[in-house]
Amino acid sequence: MEVIYRYDGSLEGFLCCVFDSYVNKELPAEFQDEAHLVPSLFPARWVGTDLRHAQRILVSLEKIDPWAQELVVKGFLTCAPDREMLLYRFIRALYSVGRPLLRRLSDDAVLPLLQAVRHLDGEVHLLKGFVRFSEFEGMLAGEIRPKNRVLPLLRRHFCSRFYNETFLLYDRTHREALVHQNGKWAIMPLDSFQMAAPSAAEAQYRRLWKRFYDTIEIKERHNPKLRRTHMPQRYWDTMTEFQGEDYFTAADSGAPEPAALAEGPGGSAPAPLLRPPAAPPSPTPGP
Amino acid sequence: MDVMEKLTILTDAAKYDAACTSSGASRGSRPGYIGNTSSAMAGCCHSFSADGRCVTLLKVLMTNCCVYDCKYCVNRCSNDTRRAAFTPEELADLTIQFYRRNYIEGLFLSSGVMVSPDYTTERMIRCLDLLRNRYCFNGYIHAKAIPGTDPELIQRLGLLADRLSVNIELPSEEGLRTLAPNKTRKAIFRPMGLITSTLRENKEELVKYRHTPRFAPAGQSTQMIIGATPDSDRHILSLTQALYDKYRLKRVFYSAYVPVVESSLLPSVDTKPPLLREHRLYQADWLLRFYGFQAEELLDEDDPNFNPLVDPKCSWALKHPAFFPVEVNTAGREELLRVPGIGTVSAGRILCARRARKLEHEDLRKLGVVMKRAQYFITCKGKVLDGLCLRPDSVLRSLTALERAALPASEGQQLSLFDPA
Ligand code: SF4
Repeated sequence: MEVIYRYDGSLEGFLCCVFDSYVNKELPAEFQDEAHLVPSLFPARWVGTDLRHAQRILVSLEKIDPWAQELVVKGFLTCAPDREMLLYRFIRALYSVGRPLLRRLSDDAVLPLLQAVRHLDGEVHLLKGFVRFSEFEGMLAGEIRPKNRVLPLLRRHFCSRFYNETFLLYDRTHREALVHQNGKWAIMPLDSFQMAAPSAAEAQYRRLWKRFYDTIEIKERHNPKLRRTHMPQRYWDTMTEFQGEDYFTAADSGAPEPAALAEGPGGSAPAPLLRPPAAPPSPTPGP
Repeated sequence: MDVMEKLTILTDAAKYDAACTSSGASRGSRPGYIGNTSSAMAGCCHSFSADGRCVTLLKVLMTNCCVYDCKYCVNRCSNDTRRAAFTPEELADLTIQFYRRNYIEGLFLSSGVMVSPDYTTERMIRCLDLLRNRYCFNGYIHAKAIPGTDPELIQRLGLLADRLSVNIELPSEEGLRTLAPNKTRKAIFRPMGLITSTLRENKEELVKYRHTPRFAPAGQSTQMIIGATPDSDRHILSLTQALYDKYRLKRVFYSAYVPVVESSLLPSVDTKPPLLREHRLYQADWLLRFYGFQAEELLDEDDPNFNPLVDPKCSWALKHPAFFPVEVNTAGREELLRVPGIGTVSAGRILCARRARKLEHEDLRKLGVVMKRAQYFITCKGKVLDGLCLRPDSVLRSLTALERAALPASEGQQLSLFDPA
């Protein structure tokens, strides 16, 4: 019988769907995340998240091959429209074929997932370079608009690089933020985020960077097409070098920015940058 | 002069240097320090300028004042240009502030020769010392070693930098004599050899004493200017090979000569930079480093220059029909790598996937093989792709057409520096 599985949208929730489909011996027709419910002709079932079930699936994958587990965890972060189905097909095939499946790189149960994960990895790699931070009162804040959910994979890189910094990196597509302070980090949902206007010093560094960027070009080699090949245009709108004039103008000197420094919950790191201040859920401290 | 103006002048003067990569060093973060160097195989590009070149490092000169008079260089003392010099403090601050904003991966510091090589190097050392020891900067630093500098100063520079490089400038002694009268081949190779031997000693010491300070952990590179002198591609590529083999260089960079000066000794100022040639050299360089090719295989005395129509790998393949076809289900890695359209990544995938089952033509495309090129040179289970015409002239014609499509129509020469596969 074909059934639609509805779950809470988390990786664990999805793995519970996989678990349930084995217990109930049924093939899911579709997976629907709580936030994107669509009416359908098939009967739907709500699958609650049981962390022990999710853990059992993860452990079983790792036993087959750590790479299989990595593919599943990463696959869930991709923007492939049917990622749950891709993952489901992959996991089923893996359970029936076992480890040799991982060599069948052109197999229909493997290839689409591999391609989605490659796309994710590619975006992560590019963003390690294309992320731009601005400084506000000693703290760094940046914003990206990626296709895939890249924050979990960018986390290690930026937390290690900016070990002594307090920073916030906002993913506007998926409305979540990576925050880091004193070696602790959290990734949490954040509905709105607005960057405050730059201080005089910040505006000056932005201008210096823009000048460097414009000057480093060798005019005799001008080649905008090549630039777009390496740096797709969809990344440009969050990069300093492509901003309009306002971006390089400091906030009115004199009166401090009262709105930006308003009431943040308990002085937690990102609060002063939020306007209006949103109440983030309590962060889960990282290792 | 304010920092904005200095930055403009000293970037403008540094931009013709080709090297801009941060690869080869992998250093984790240290508590109390800012930064790390990423371990990714391909360096981390932070931007691309409007000419399509990668921007990774803050690439500037300490100063563009120069007592030398190299004919091809904008900074030569006889050129009437505005001069500037960073103070070590200014440059250290810029580097740190750019780095924190994730604009850059680190600093690429070169310099004109102010007063003397030693004096200039000391200024560079002062800046790097500030960065490393006052600002606790743990990111990437590439520094130029200036020929004629006291070995002891180069030693100190290498302990602060991740990578050192000495520019070969021109591929031949003659070129140097006419165009860079203050430099000799010997003066250039001396510091290069010194860095090579120090790197080796440092490695041996690291084995014995774990806490030995590291000397230029990302090794040594160099660059040369292409097209300012009449040297052939073959000469340039053999030199490259020797630099990799004898001096253990990590990278050799090529920089298409951009005519900046009117001189009877140089190509005229309205010559276009030889970008296609530069591109072919990078493709061939890639073949030397990752595909197991030797310089003399790619070019010989009868054919001392690259074919502008097809890439060096295709060109080699067309000249060696006896080597093909390669059977993808049994060929070794080296053989696979010789097939146009198969790169290091797709070769790896083939080796993995064929252990599961024999591969068909259809599988290869899914594994990332560029079939439009590879189809002429392979068999799958002994079979050539159906309906394929294998007459040499038609193969050349279609490969040329493929290559032309990769060139933007207008420039006809502008190409990216991707994998030649
Ligand atoms: S020494 Fe360097 S900066 Fe000075 S003129 Fe020669 S190439 Fe230019």
